[in-house]
Amino acid sequence: MTSEAPIIRGMGHSVKRKEDPRFLRGKGHYIDDFKLPGMLYMDIVRSPYAHARIVNIDASKALALPGVLAVITGKDLDAAGLAWMPTLMSDKQMVLPVDRVVYQSQEVAAVIATERYIAADAITLVEVEYEPLPPVMDPHKATDPDAPLVRPDRDAKTNHIWHWEAGDAARTDEVFQNAEVVVKQDLYIPRIHVCSIETCGCIASYDKIDGKLTVYMTTQAPHAIRTVFSLVSGIPEHKIRIISPDIGGGFGGKVPVYPGYVIATVASLQTGLPVKWIEDRSENLQADSFARDYHISAELAAKKDGTMQALRVKTLADHGAFDAAANPSKFPAGLFSIITGSYDLQAAHVEVDGVYTNKPSGGVAYRCSFRVTEAVHTIERLVDTLALALSLDPADVRMKNFIPPEAFPYKSPTGWEYDSGNYPAALQKAMAKIDYAGLRREQAEKRARGELMGIGISTFTEIVGAGPSHTFDILGIKMFDSCEIRVHPTGSAIVRIGVQTQGQGHETTFAQIVAEELGLPVENITVEHGDTDTAPYGLGTYASRSTPTAGAATAVAARKIRDKAKKIAGHLLEVSPDDLEWQDHKFQVKGAPGRSVTMKDIAFAAYTNFPQDVEAGLEAVDYYDPPNLTFPFGAYICVVDIDRGTGMVKIRRFVAVDDCGNIINPMIVDGQIHGGLTMGMAPALLEAITYDEYGNIQQSNLMDYLLPTAMETPVWETDKTVTPSPHHPLGAKGVGESATVGAPPAIANAVVDALSHLGVTHLDIPITPWKVYQILEAHGAAEA
Amino acid sequence: MIPEDFTYFAPGSLPEVWDLLRQHPDDAKILAGGQSLIPLMKFRLATPAYLIDLRKVPGLDTLAERDGALVIGAMVREAATEHSQLIQRRYPGIHEASAVVADPLVRNFATIGGNIAHADPANDHPAMLLALRASVVAHGPNGQRTIPLDDFLVDTMETSLAPDEVLTEIHVPQPAPRSGSTYLKLERKVGDYAIAAVGVQITLDGDVCTQAGIGLTNVGPKAVRATQAEMFLTGKQPTEDVIREAARLAAAAAQPVSDLHGPEDYKRAMIRTLTARALREATQRARAGGVSA
Ligand SMILES: Cc1cc2nc3c(=O)[nH]c(=O)nc-3n(C[C@H](O)[C@H](O)[C@H](O)COP(=O)(O)OP(=O)(O)OC[C@H]3O[C@@H](n4cnc5c(N)ncnc54)[C@H](O)[C@@H]3O)c2cc1C
Repeated sequence: MTSEAPIIRGMGHSVKRKEDPRFLRGKGHYIDDFKLPGMLYMDIVRSPYAHARIVNIDASKALALPGVLAVITGKDLDAAGLAWMPTLMSDKQMVLPVDRVVYQSQEVAAVIATERYIAADAITLVEVEYEPLPPVMDPHKATDPDAPLVRPDRDAKTNHIWHWEAGDAARTDEVFQNAEVVVKQDLYIPRIHVCSIETCGCIASYDKIDGKLTVYMTTQAPHAIRTVFSLVSGIPEHKIRIISPDIGGGFGGKVPVYPGYVIATVASLQTGLPVKWIEDRSENLQADSFARDYHISAELAAKKDGTMQALRVKTLADHGAFDAAANPSKFPAGLFSIITGSYDLQAAHVEVDGVYTNKPSGGVAYRCSFRVTEAVHTIERLVDTLALALSLDPADVRMKNFIPPEAFPYKSPTGWEYDSGNYPAALQKAMAKIDYAGLRREQAEKRARGELMGIGISTFTEIVGAGPSHTFDILGIKMFDSCEIRVHPTGSAIVRIGVQTQGQGHETTFAQIVAEELGLPVENITVEHGDTDTAPYGLGTYASRSTPTAGAATAVAARKIRDKAKKIAGHLLEVSPDDLEWQDHKFQVKGAPGRSVTMKDIAFAAYTNFPQDVEAGLEAVDYYDPPNLTFPFGAYICVVDIDRGTGMVKIRRFVAVDDCGNIINPMIVDGQIHGGLTMGMAPALLEAITYDEYGNIQQSNLMDYLLPTAMETPVWETDKTVTPSPHHPLGAKGVGESATVGAPPAIANAVVDALSHLGVTHLDIPITPWKVYQILEAHGAAEA
Repeated sequence: MIPEDFTYFAPGSLPEVWDLLRQHPDDAKILAGGQSLIPLMKFRLATPAYLIDLRKVPGLDTLAERDGALVIGAMVREAATEHSQLIQRRYPGIHEASAVVADPLVRNFATIGGNIAHADPANDHPAMLLALRASVVAHGPNGQRTIPLDDFLVDTMETSLAPDEVLTEIHVPQPAPRSGSTYLKLERKVGDYAIAAVGVQITLDGDVCTQAGIGLTNVGPKAVRATQAEMFLTGKQPTEDVIREAARLAAAAAQPVSDLHGPEDYKRAMIRTLTARALREATQRARAGGVSA
């Protein structure tokens, strides 16, 4: 018996995305595409005030409008014990307020109507009487003795939420005391919004006959939601089904449970009819959880020769009115303690204090793997600040301080064990590709002519793949992930995973993993996820965790199948399985390459001709508990030109060398990097959410909140190095967030570099043209 | 994002439009491309009970030179002016203004007529057309009248159009030989309204400027004509010093307010930068022979 090696297109192939034909033809199925029989529509009355007492809600006019079935208020929910819900961070959050609103655009009441348009008309007829209260807008004043209390419901009568720290304070102080040089920098990483193309929404559908609740929901974590819904509502978990269909971008913003989901569910429970709720763009931008909003004060101790020694960081975290971030439970500040970055320091100490303000919830992990963006921005800016203070080249300072390749696995001063890395190789590659030396010469010439050009570097280390069960859980549920594979008799397969794609390409990359491991052509493998009735339990997709967790589970499950397949192969080839080897994606008899069977042959035999001591069928499940996180990294170099007449910053070149270990699909990785770089450029140059002193949001639509388009996006030049993860079954690391994390400081560093001869040492992001212009004017460097 | 209830009409003639305007004097609105009006309605900032769409009214789509003027019909879309050979060749300022209005999707619908009639100081065409000394034709049941754009634009979202009048045409005087026009817009991203923008036309005789037009976008309650700067340039050679002084005068004419598009000082400075650059470019174009026939 002999078989041709099949064409697999497994690991390392740029397989075109299986999901794209339906997306490109407009045949995706997003929540708003679903229409269920008898479906009702919900719209939400929102608060114009950031802080106010609710005196009265009069719904009579709304209820009088034909087609309006109900107006739900906090009092109604309170009677059912549902006016509040738990957040993922051990806080609680209002579903609908009973007596007070705590941020502008907060949900105040919900209208249920037979038509979407009637619901929209009815919300304008709900009369709410407010008594405005002074809001807390400045987090620095939140803990003043006379600050108004944002959350009087709590036992602790303070706006301080928690204090968190990592590292060794005493050891750090000691290094600082003896340091030759200390540089200090305050940084504000502004509040931004994920702004997915698809806003949030759901259809809650309760079947009163069989008592089953089905919720179609824009969620990145369907299983966790099912468990939370069961615990909060008391509905048994097998009677709840969460379906997360095609998702138009999540980026962390679709991890939390929003009040709208719960209210729609209550409405469906009451009416026994499906209730649809879809946010509009302004609601999404004003009320859904925000990201970043860290006020950071950082110091770096070093020797005069540029050797970095210790880092000391104090941070004020503006969490808005509820701590509704979606971090692992033990990490209120996420993985911010990765802040020592790619550098070998003797000591570090990091503190974060969370406070409440009258703003929507903050702290959503927007493509940042839990606060890594803030950490990377801080350390990468500080390295440049040090280089500038010592008149050293920022590339040299980095090379001097990198954790050496031979030091891995490396234990960081804040307690992480970096799995693998080769930082000098990545930076060298980036410098060669962009001709760093040539650029520095060009810059010197231009400076002599009065032209402004800057070069910025960011050599970041990411931390992704939460995570090992000894440390990582969400509400007690450990952060493993899962895969279930069934190989059909004719040699095709279905793969179900516990993670949930929102554009990452799981249907393609997970099929490639199985293709590689089982020797089945990628086109014969279907990947499903997002339906809690069929997919194995998992914690979902965020924080670049899919490949490190569920990707590993998929490889392990496939290997379990291969082990069984080997026995069947022995049976078919009439040899002992021990005499077989897996070569060229098939089993062949050792020393007799002519005798082999493919997985396709074996799959058929698994149902038609299996040995006595082997069960029929060919399937496996794996729940993978990763031994460690993975630590992707990269070296980015950005070149900017500044218009002296306008202060406009133009990115002329951007070279991104990324290392995410072994690559499953290079095209998809490239796509992730391109998108991530654009999303990293956005807060560096364009995006920020701000509020006035009364608590009014100032960017409540896409005219004012500046999302970049293809026109603002430079040509990204990507490249890679490959340093496999030693503990991941495929040697892979996550990559989805590397670029968002690594790009902003490269851009900020480039702008500061362009202006450094004018005495500029720092600029907070977003770097607006008027910030730059004011500097130029002040130094007589503006175009006359 | 869902407008209030409204009734939609698409009449087939101007008299029918006038009738509808007369029947609903307080709560009817004319609809052109809808790219300003529909968003306002979706936010419920505008709540007209009746929409009168001009799309079926004949004769509003002229785009041609006639009797010494370029005639732009009220329903000519931005995309049409952006891609018109005539406009690109002879009215580069209009071409450049059209090309920076919003994005291609919006430009496929939006009209220049609506862009002016909306009287939003952030819109790009009013300033360019001020520089070109354009006028508009208002057509009502009692006949038509020609209104210089300076008089047409009254205040923010306010024009001198009577309640039963329709803007039917825009007239732009044909540029004299050795004229050059340009529109320069400073925006943080494509599709954004201007931080500031400047439209300029320069006409030269020999090397002396015989006529100058300068209009400013988004730095006042309506599009601003930089009269002092225009007067200063007229009769002078547009040397670098003259251009700088004119730019300074234009900046002085601006009345910006601080907002998300930038602080007041910055916007004023940008008018100076943009005016200087636009004057250099327009002079260059005029010297290069200006517009060809
Ligand atoms: C995303 C976006 C970005 C934009 N960016 C820009 C930009 O950068 N620069 C810019 O200049 N504009 C911008 N606009 C506005 C756009 O160009 C508008 O379309 C234009 O200003 C109005 O033209 P319209 O044909 O759409 O008018 P409509 O929206 O149909 O009408 C606007 C107003 O004018 C009145 N009106 C229209 N036609 C007539 C007429 N013939 N007689 C009497 N009254 C009339 C209407 O009653 C209404 O009050 C943007 C719009 C969008 C949606």
